Amino acid sequence: MHDLVAITALGGTDPHVDTVGGVTCTEVPGVALASVAARMGQEDNTATSLAKLIDAPTPDIGRWAGTTISAFWAGPDQWMIEAPFDTHEALAEQVKTAMGDAASVTEQTDGWTRFDLNGDHIPAVLELLCQLDLRKLDPGSAARCSIHHIGCFVLCRTPESFSFYGPRSSAGSLHHALLTAMRSAL
Amino acid sequence: MIINHPLLGPRDASEFTYLGDASLIDRPDWQAENVSEAFYEYGYLRDNPAGEHQELWYHEAGDRSWLVVTRNTLTHEISKVELARDVARARGRSK
Repeated sequence: MHDLVAITALGGTDPHVDTVGGVTCTEVPGVALASVAARMGQEDNTATSLAKLIDAPTPDIGRWAGTTISAFWAGPDQWMIEAPFDTHEALAEQVKTAMGDAASVTEQTDGWTRFDLNGDHIPAVLELLCQLDLRKLDPGSAARCSIHHIGCFVLCRTPESFSFYGPRSSAGSLHHALLTAMRSAL
Repeated sequence: MIINHPLLGPRDASEFTYLGDASLIDRPDWQAENVSEAFYEYGYLRDNPAGEHQELWYHEAGDRSWLVVTRNTLTHEISKVELARDVARARGRSK
């Protein structure tokens, strides 16, 4: 019988938490992810099914929306779906059932790692990290960008709360980038 | 250099990677009579215009869409940016 121990992307048994100058960076391992890409000619059907799934209007370009299950825009007719892992471990299956043949769905859980930044003056940290136009980044925004050459998604939940998704295999590098910018800016 | 992404607005050119001449969209019919000649031209022969040039750019550090950028090779002025899939479909490509 295997006796495996679950570890987070940074290798700990508990999520890593760092606080610098009033901003907290928290590792968030408890997220289930799945990607949705509309099939050709099925763009409208996909958008309709997606709205029903997340119980909110389908997020437009550069936006996120939803409640327990939420979606953020990842590309033309493509979205990433996120939900709590504890209650939605089989998220990809659930999304595929909701989409039917209109879209292709791919399991993404644990392909990505998430860090949440909470506190004041997060834009000061962001402007050291990425080239996004921060004046346009309001609650509901979701953007893909490069942070220290790592392709990441940045989601603005509220002005004091941002989520960062980066490739799990680069979790250490992304964490280093975030912390370095926090120490420099705050 | 700034590329005005049709969906995301102005983005720095460092977010993109360059592939080459947009004529790569016009892949020859593999069942045509002159297929070897057509693929030789498709694979190796390029125009090298001093002036307007249509080229393929990939938004690697962004939404990962392929773009057709019309750029003047003498002035680097970008006069038009389109999604490559729209260009391909307008040229009769279905996939």
